[in-house]
Amino acid sequence: MDRIPILKIGDILLVSIQVDLHDRLVLTLQDDLTNKLVETGARGVLLDISLVDMVDSFVGRVIANIASMAHILDAEMLLVGMRPEVAITIVELGMSSSLKAVRTALNVEKGMDILREQIAAQKFEHPHDHQTS
Amino acid sequence: MIIKRHEVFVISASENVITARQAVKKWAVEMGFSLSDQTKLITVTSELVHNIVIYAQNGTMLMEELDDKVRRGLRMTFHDDGPGIADIDRAMQGGYSTGSGLGLGLSGSKRLVDEFSLTSEVGKGTHIVVTRWK
Repeated sequence: MDRIPILKIGDILLVSIQVDLHDRLVLTLQDDLTNKLVETGARGVLLDISLVDMVDSFVGRVIANIASMAHILDAEMLLVGMRPEVAITIVELGMSSSLKAVRTALNVEKGMDILREQIAAQKFEHPHDHQTS
Repeated sequence: MIIKRHEVFVISASENVITARQAVKKWAVEMGFSLSDQTKLITVTSELVHNIVIYAQNGTMLMEELDDKVRRGLRMTFHDDGPGIADIDRAMQGGYSTGSGLGLGLSGSKRLVDEFSLTSEVGKGTHIVVTRWK
């Protein structure tokens, strides 16, 4: 069965979607990613959609769900790389309010910087809470 | 108005959401639609084919390239013999769903095209015609 690979880079899980999305694939990703968060104790998720040519309401809902799930698993998700034409379509579709709670960055590099800074700041504040393996 | 070409797609499985999207994208590119129009067209296709797969299981998508001498357009007709929509007004309002979505499929799709018409009868099926002009 098709799967979207999840890479672990330090405390961050990187997911780069490079295929046409369909229901089963995004739902599998949702399961895989939550399992991987628990398994690795990762603190951040970067969801890169720079190669995704459309986000319909189903995919949008799953993205919002993944962000909520990451949050309650003590991690932050950043949606990165959205193409301008996808952003336009999302707003016109009326989906932007559903994605309001989802943090974004323009690309993987910026997203990685934001997450790393945030994770470092949290470790400084709570040095004993999050020991990574 | 002339129909320059047409093609019918049978929808019977969730994989058809992808193949239908790819077919519409190919036509939209060939017809010279802008990138954001292409994206709107494939998003509408995704929403409406998805609805057929979820609610009716089977259906068809008809693609037609239109030419009214002034402009060209892409018309898509989504047809199914599924359960139909009991409360069309409510379904078109947005934010209401009897399924697992956000309830934006129909209201959102309408905003992404120039023309949108929906007819549906409970127990008979649903027929949606959308057109985007270039």
